[in-house]
Amino acid sequence: MSTAEGLVEVLEEEATRRTRMSVWWRFRRHRLALFGFIVLGTFGLVAIFAPIVAVHDPFFVDLKNYKQGPSLSHILGTDEAGRDVWARLVFASRVSLLVGIVAAAISSGIGVLIGIVSGYAGKILDSILMRFTELIMTLPTFFVLIIASSLVGRSVWMIMLIIGLLGWPGKARLVRGQVLSLKEMDYVTAAKALGASAKRISWVHIFPGTVPYVVVSATLTVGGAILSEAGLSFLGLGVSFETPTWGNLMNSAQSLHVLQYEPWLWLPPGFAIGMTVLSVNFVGDGLRDALDPRTKID
Amino acid sequence: MTKYIIRRSLIAIPMLLAISLMTFAFINLAPGDPVDAMIDPEFFVGGAGDALRERMGLNKPIHVRYLIWLRELFSGNFGYSYQFGVPVLDMIGDRIIPTLELTIVSLIASTVIGTALGVVQALRQYSIFDYSLSVGALFGISIPAFFFALIALYIFVAILGWFPSHGMYSYAKDFEIVDHLHHLILPASVVMIESLAGNMRYMRTAMLEVMRSDYVRTAQAKGLSYMVVFGRHAFRNALLPLVTITTLRLPGLIGGSIIIEHMFAWPGMGQLGIRAVSDRDYTILMGLAVITAALVLFSNLLADMLYAVTDPRVRVEEQG
Repeated sequence: MSTAEGLVEVLEEEATRRTRMSVWWRFRRHRLALFGFIVLGTFGLVAIFAPIVAVHDPFFVDLKNYKQGPSLSHILGTDEAGRDVWARLVFASRVSLLVGIVAAAISSGIGVLIGIVSGYAGKILDSILMRFTELIMTLPTFFVLIIASSLVGRSVWMIMLIIGLLGWPGKARLVRGQVLSLKEMDYVTAAKALGASAKRISWVHIFPGTVPYVVVSATLTVGGAILSEAGLSFLGLGVSFETPTWGNLMNSAQSLHVLQYEPWLWLPPGFAIGMTVLSVNFVGDGLRDALDPRTKID
Repeated sequence: MTKYIIRRSLIAIPMLLAISLMTFAFINLAPGDPVDAMIDPEFFVGGAGDALRERMGLNKPIHVRYLIWLRELFSGNFGYSYQFGVPVLDMIGDRIIPTLELTIVSLIASTVIGTALGVVQALRQYSIFDYSLSVGALFGISIPAFFFALIALYIFVAILGWFPSHGMYSYAKDFEIVDHLHHLILPASVVMIESLAGNMRYMRTAMLEVMRSDYVRTAQAKGLSYMVVFGRHAFRNALLPLVTITTLRLPGLIGGSIIIEHMFAWPGMGQLGIRAVSDRDYTILMGLAVITAALVLFSNLLADMLYAVTDPRVRVEEQG
């Protein structure tokens, strides 16, 4: 390797390191985003170390102590089967967070794939894919979710899949728009002149340009997916009852009696959902500003 | 413009057919059918299910059933409910007015209030008022509507007892508009929160952007009064895209009102849908899917049209 080549390599590494650092630096300056990041990190740790944090067994039924208010031994009280609410809340964070992340990953994956193919291929393939995208966009999402989850099954994985499969059209359009402008860039023409294949150009040269947009949109989707799962489970049409999820925990509050006299059953999961989605939105906003060099950060 | 509207309306027909086909295939290929939902497993008599299936035509192949459904659709009754034996169009007809009332009231209220708050935010940028409303808007978007509904029920119904907990009217009483509004306030407020927050965020950004533009500075430099500059120059221009955004919110509001209708026992389409899902009442589900999809397509078209009408810079492209 000649010295010149080595130097170029070092400089390139330094440049990427700087950009990465500056994104993190810009992100950190966004106070709400940093707050959201810390909250999500904490919730993530709680979910990972659930068996330790929970203290009690979330499935242990103790009918002698059912519907007890918060006390020293059960800090958030017990539910209608005498199970510890705090333990169920902690274990529910695993399911709810996972649903959000996996569903967002599925819809982003499909969105990127369709967006890039559609934008780069153009012509007939583009019109077919875009008409299909519009078709999915026209479906009344939450209604379809209800039908789908009650007909296809209510395992956690099914719910993730359904939410993910309905969430991609917006991303496909976003990516396609980016691809349309990126593919007119000089460096893409240069790659073409060098004889790069369409596959290589779209994935090696164009795809990286869309990543910041996809990251922001995927982050915000995590929040939307958590809300969808919570809504479904709250109605009793989401993940099956025995699995604790935040929405399932709130299901009992459909009775006015529980609502009025046993608020420890439904307030904590509601706050957990709200805090999580709020933090996700903060982080999404922060990432958008941090990744967009045009926004000024003071 | 007329040509554009006609073409878009014509495109809507194959779109609706495709949606109905997808929904039909999906609903019918999933395990379980209306008969399973009707038969009590504890009193199961062998063969009774099959007899029922034959009578309802559920034993026919799926493509034949779809064609039968299409025939009923075009004959104008949307088929008959498996559970109730009543034309689906009549059942939805009874339910669509309460849903539209709930969503349209929320739509109007959220637009008016959201716009006003967003404008004041922009005029008082970086004030405590602006800051707290911005954070409040983020809360409004992040907290699930059903949690707001629970809190509203807890505070205003259970503790304060100011509002009724469910329904559209008090029982055993003649219709009174005041009584009806009394029932409407709580669910409508909950349904509107999310779009209120969205409108506020939008209006704040739009107003700030317009106020930075050259023609507003020119108007100020000419010495026009504050009211004229902000009212006539800035506000009206910032308001334009809101027309489209508001129209596009309608389908989301209808979807969002499903849970709220269920919680407040508001006799709308959402409640009908939830019931039909557990009854496996295919024809009602199909009817609801087609009608909501038609509403979505209609509001998209309306949004495009209003955009072209309100903003003279936008001319509808001929190839659409």
